[in-house]
Amino acid sequence: MVALIESPTVFDLEDRLARPRRPWSRVRLRNIAWWRGIVLVLTGAFFLVPLFAALRFSLQNFAGGLTFSAYTAIPSQLGFTAALSLSVRLAAVTTGITLGLMVPTSVYVHLRLPRLRPVFDSITIIPIVIPPVVLIVGVLQVAPTFLKSTPYLLALEYTILAMPFVYRSLDAGLRAIDLKTLVEASRSLGGGWRSTLWRVIVPNLRTGILSATVLTIALVLGEFTMASLDLYQTVPVWIYQFAQDDGHVSTAVSLLALLVTWVVLMVISSLDLRRIRKMAETRRGA
Amino acid sequence: MTTTAGHQAPQTEHPPATEHAGATVELTGLRRRFGATQALDGFTLTLQPGELVALLGPSGCGKTTALRVLAGFETVDSGRIVVDGVDQSRIPAQRRDMGMVFQSYSLFPNMTALDNVAFGLRMRKVSSQERRARALEQLDLVGLAPEAAKYPHQMSGGQQQRVALARALAIEPRVLLLDEPLSALDAKVRVQLREQIRVLQTRLKITTLFVTHDQEEALSMADRVCVMRSGQIEQVDTPSTLYSAPATPFVAEFVGTMNRIPGVITDDGRVSLLGTVVDIRTAVVGSGFGGNAVIASGTPVDVLVRPEGLAVTPSPEGRGIVMTTTFLGSITRLGVLLDQDVMVYADLSNSAVAVPTGSAVEVTLTERSVMVADRTESGGPVAAPLEVPASDD
Repeated sequence: MVALIESPTVFDLEDRLARPRRPWSRVRLRNIAWWRGIVLVLTGAFFLVPLFAALRFSLQNFAGGLTFSAYTAIPSQLGFTAALSLSVRLAAVTTGITLGLMVPTSVYVHLRLPRLRPVFDSITIIPIVIPPVVLIVGVLQVAPTFLKSTPYLLALEYTILAMPFVYRSLDAGLRAIDLKTLVEASRSLGGGWRSTLWRVIVPNLRTGILSATVLTIALVLGEFTMASLDLYQTVPVWIYQFAQDDGHVSTAVSLLALLVTWVVLMVISSLDLRRIRKMAETRRGA
Repeated sequence: MTTTAGHQAPQTEHPPATEHAGATVELTGLRRRFGATQALDGFTLTLQPGELVALLGPSGCGKTTALRVLAGFETVDSGRIVVDGVDQSRIPAQRRDMGMVFQSYSLFPNMTALDNVAFGLRMRKVSSQERRARALEQLDLVGLAPEAAKYPHQMSGGQQQRVALARALAIEPRVLLLDEPLSALDAKVRVQLREQIRVLQTRLKITTLFVTHDQEEALSMADRVCVMRSGQIEQVDTPSTLYSAPATPFVAEFVGTMNRIPGVITDDGRVSLLGTVVDIRTAVVGSGFGGNAVIASGTPVDVLVRPEGLAVTPSPEGRGIVMTTTFLGSITRLGVLLDQDVMVYADLSNSAVAVPTGSAVEVTLTERSVMVADRTESGGPVAAPLEVPASDD
């Protein structure tokens, strides 16, 4: 006996589409939405409960009442100002070095070595998988002698650490523009490489550069292991050490550091968001 | 050339632009290979001062490579690029003084239209006041002075390409390079802009190399058209010569619509097809038709006939069946299926009797002499006129 297999025809498809939706599909959708809500609440709780607990702890006095003394005492704490100053300087220097190195490199890879992009993708992941100790030893091998005795050695280490995030931000930014055409247009008009990079590529890579800056600053302000191993007192190291003396102040500093970092990142992001919104508005109006 | 109604005509409404002395461009024996692909294979072309030459050919024929080599964005394996007697091979793109308009929108998104046009002048260290004045003049030339403060994303595709043209012209280039600048635009804007480009080019007398795969664009704009295939030039000629006397079967079929109808060489050196015998005007030489060799009697050939060279008359006993009818404005193009599954296209005046699809028709030749090509050969190097006495058959 030969089985007769009929292939679906256009009419079958039309028939299927014309059929009313089964009620169970709606039920399933509602279930999915419900589970999404659960996941959202759990994730939110995972992040917010410790923060709330820390906030409550930092505002609690020994009698169980509320006090801001932990926050008002922060500026007068020994070593805090120096640690904050060092972290800010390191963030600035690391961002400068990282962008100075990675912007031209990413542009070069996109323009001249597009086939090697997967290789660069792999190379830039290495700092994530290599332990910080190994990175420190590696940097010490190649760092100039005058840097080895200064805290700016950390900037070199952070540069390597930030590389995966910076490269990906810039890569995404470069993919979003027609780099080759822009560069060729600039060159045909007489633009040299420096002018092209500064006047054409960098302004159009603004979103990518801002993302890279945000990630680098966040990474530097929050990094603990390398600074601790190199015996430099950045804000995270100071918080860790001071926690043993005064847990309330240490927790208050942690929360403030988190808040300040968040505000800085929001300010940087809003610089680009404002531009994107303006462009969207003009597009809608056009 | 006139501009479309409602579109600004630069020659009457705008201030006079600076006229440039067009440069002579000599591209000699250019060869360029990308892996297994020979993009340019002995490409030789000379552009006279103020001339607009269109490079026309199918995708991958090397036309864009030729343009990019001239612009300085690609190097050649061998060959010479000479502009006004100066070898350009070692001169980087930014010092070649060649304005270029790209296929994709190439305006700098972070700059206004005015800043885009002024960019080249800024690179030439022109003072900001003069820069602004000259940029505005160029924008005025393309009818976009009121849009000077707009950013690229606030302009339409056609406006962006006009700003790109103004930007390329602002630096007063020796050579203007157009890399399919109209391909991303809609049909109406494309026609307007191509007329505008031609008006400006003629007026400014800039030597221009224009790459396109659109034969209508090439034939309507260029002084000469260079048809390319596989990195080589098939024919360089005026649009009318290219259409009426193609040098190779490839050109014949690439430029305009061309029918290939099987025919047979008769004893008296003529060709028999569609029940008639006509003279051979030109034998487009294939491998079997070298030089002025007489084609042997009985040789199967393909006769190349334009749609306007065929007449279609409704006839119940006709050998053809109308398969398609395409309205093209002043004419209707009929697709007629003949014996042996040969499909031919014939143009019918719209004032003639309508011929519906599916009706039987008789297809006849209106030309007294035709071009023939080797039936198996799809391309050949040159056209060899055959000295065959005319006949009244």
